[in-house]
Amino acid sequence: MALISDGRFIEDDWRRLADEEALPKSGKVVVSLARLEHALAHLPEGVSLGVNIPNTTDPTSLTRALSRLELVEIAFPAFADGRGFSLARLIRRAGFTGELRASGRLLADQYAHALGCGFNTIEIPDELAERQGESQWQAARAAHARTYQRGYVAPGSILDARRKAAAQ
Amino acid sequence: MTAHDPSLARPNAPTTTYRYDEYDATFVRERVAEFREQVRRRLEGALTEDEFRPFRLMNGLYLQLHAYMLRVAIPYGTLTARQMRRLADIADKYDRGYGHFTTRQNLQYNWPKLVDTPDILESLAEVEMHAIQTSGNCIRNVTADHFSGVAPDEIEDPRATAEFLRQWSSAHPEFSFLPRKFKIAVTGAEHDRAAIMVHDVGLRIVKNDAGEIGYQVVVGGGLGRTPFVGKIIRDYVSRADLLAYLEAIMRVYNRFGRRDNKYKARIKILVHEKGIDEVRAAVEAEFAAMNRSVFSFDPDEFERIAAFFTPPPYESLPAESAKLRTQRVAHPAFGNFVDVNVSPHRVPGYAIVTVSLKPIGGIPGDATSQQMRVLADASERFGFGELRVSHEQNIILPHVKQEDLFDLWKLLDGAHLATANAGLVSDIISCPGLDYCSLATARSIPVAQAISKRFSDLSRQRRIGKLGIKISGCINACGHHHVGAIGILGLEKKGQESYQITLGGDPTFSASIGEILGPGVSAEQVPDVIEHIVDFYLAERLEGEAFIETWRRIGHARFKDVLRREGEDGADI
Repeated sequence: MALISDGRFIEDDWRRLADEEALPKSGKVVVSLARLEHALAHLPEGVSLGVNIPNTTDPTSLTRALSRLELVEIAFPAFADGRGFSLARLIRRAGFTGELRASGRLLADQYAHALGCGFNTIEIPDELAERQGESQWQAARAAHARTYQRGYVAPGSILDARRKAAAQ
Repeated sequence: MTAHDPSLARPNAPTTTYRYDEYDATFVRERVAEFREQVRRRLEGALTEDEFRPFRLMNGLYLQLHAYMLRVAIPYGTLTARQMRRLADIADKYDRGYGHFTTRQNLQYNWPKLVDTPDILESLAEVEMHAIQTSGNCIRNVTADHFSGVAPDEIEDPRATAEFLRQWSSAHPEFSFLPRKFKIAVTGAEHDRAAIMVHDVGLRIVKNDAGEIGYQVVVGGGLGRTPFVGKIIRDYVSRADLLAYLEAIMRVYNRFGRRDNKYKARIKILVHEKGIDEVRAAVEAEFAAMNRSVFSFDPDEFERIAAFFTPPPYESLPAESAKLRTQRVAHPAFGNFVDVNVSPHRVPGYAIVTVSLKPIGGIPGDATSQQMRVLADASERFGFGELRVSHEQNIILPHVKQEDLFDLWKLLDGAHLATANAGLVSDIISCPGLDYCSLATARSIPVAQAISKRFSDLSRQRRIGKLGIKISGCINACGHHHVGAIGILGLEKKGQESYQITLGGDPTFSASIGEILGPGVSAEQVPDVIEHIVDFYLAERLEGEAFIETWRRIGHARFKDVLRREGEDGADI
């Protein structure tokens, strides 16, 4: 898998822990949603915890865990399945400030959408990363410099810009 | 580019529609550049066809039976003369000299080349037009009453709301990969001319007890293979809360709409399976949980947009033109045109003209580039340079002085645009059908043409009165057959085209889905069956009774008998 952060491919310092694997003494590990409760109950000091969740997860079931999580990774089973965008919004609304990651076959063309909904990083298969290099991700992000919506993460909101221009 | 005759144009004709500011213009240019890049990446292999597809669709480009088809948005159906001329120029340069106006206030070109489409989009952007979100699983072009701003029965011009929603829904970060397409229609009048009951979301502008303007919100209507009349989810949403409430609906739909089966993925199925009460509870819970402060800028923005939709500088005229009265008598063909194609206007001395794109035996909704230019000229000479596109696939000139109607009629007649059949039996809504569409199971245009020819006598059509026939060439129902007073659905049975006829459909506030008349009939039999139904209606109707009223009064069973008797006559039905 390849990881995109701020328009660049970076090394992933998180390790995905299989459900049968014991919790390590240190480091950054991602567990499945099924494992989450157990991991939180037995979390060694010095271990950073992340969780991988399906896009059908009820965000209210995570409310108590969010303050102890440093990474929430939402699975995108297909790039055209946009449920993860709404789930990201709801997880941000619940107060999560850690790293929000989209994991699956997301396309460069969806980068601005993902950032807008609160994702920080995108994890894609290597095969896709070979076809869609950094420059394509950067260009796709730049193509949506201003948006018509407010309340989403974007370099600029057209409504805000209009308001500012009208006030001058 | 072909120039029009400048001597015909009224100088500085004001238009009363939204104009792009620098942000709108930049946004549309960015979309064109983005799509140009996507086409390049597709050809280079960075995007596979499956990956390219949703982005191609979100820019209005379909792969059809013979070629690509480009669907251009005409937001809330309003066009300026300049925009209409540009559509004509594109038809000449990139297509075969014509375009097809659809039932959702769009224009389709049937023969563009993939590599030309970025240039076409750029050409559209120059006149503040685009093809953004005319297809794909996103919020589609927002439609509105084609008599907006001029209808006597209007509470408020719905186009300001529609433009407000056009902007809000464009390239939405969260709602661009929905389970399925999402269509919104708005009306501000007492009579629904925008078919809001059969949209994913229908908005009806209403006044509350305090006299404040807000919206009644209808959700879960739709046609297609499982037609439903929408249900009221909320009686009143204030204008300040409109976007927040819509966002709540969209979020519930995006999360819970079915994605396992594309034919069960529309919001109407969610409403049907969960029930309106459960959907309402989910939407209200989301609405209550939202941070509504981000929408606090909206009322000012709405006012900014609404200021564009002000009335043009009408003259003070007598309510009725004496000149018109004389001309109607002196020229019977013109008199018929006025009787049928001219509607009352809210301003004394003015009229609304429907230009029929349904010549007898013609292709419903098609216009040649030359006709588009004549319409542009007509709008400048006689109507402040403004045109509308109706979901009935006709063109509207919304501000014509009654005393100019005769001159306008002569101009239209010279371009074969004066067919006096608006709303009559030959004003047929039809999808492109098997002649163009890759989804179709049967032809629809030739059936429309055959019916039109059968009823070619316009005086007979006037005796029959208003009667909507709608034809779809497959169960996806683009021709809205479910809500036709007479609906015709083309299917394929054992390799043969078979046409199922429904009666009693109604696209207005009193919406109903048509009921099946009987077994399917062949294409050749359709005109006979329609004629028998119409004759039966004429025999049974009471004074002034519309088809749907007679059908509701005497019941479907009596009409079924007509088809049964037809079968006994030896026809193979």
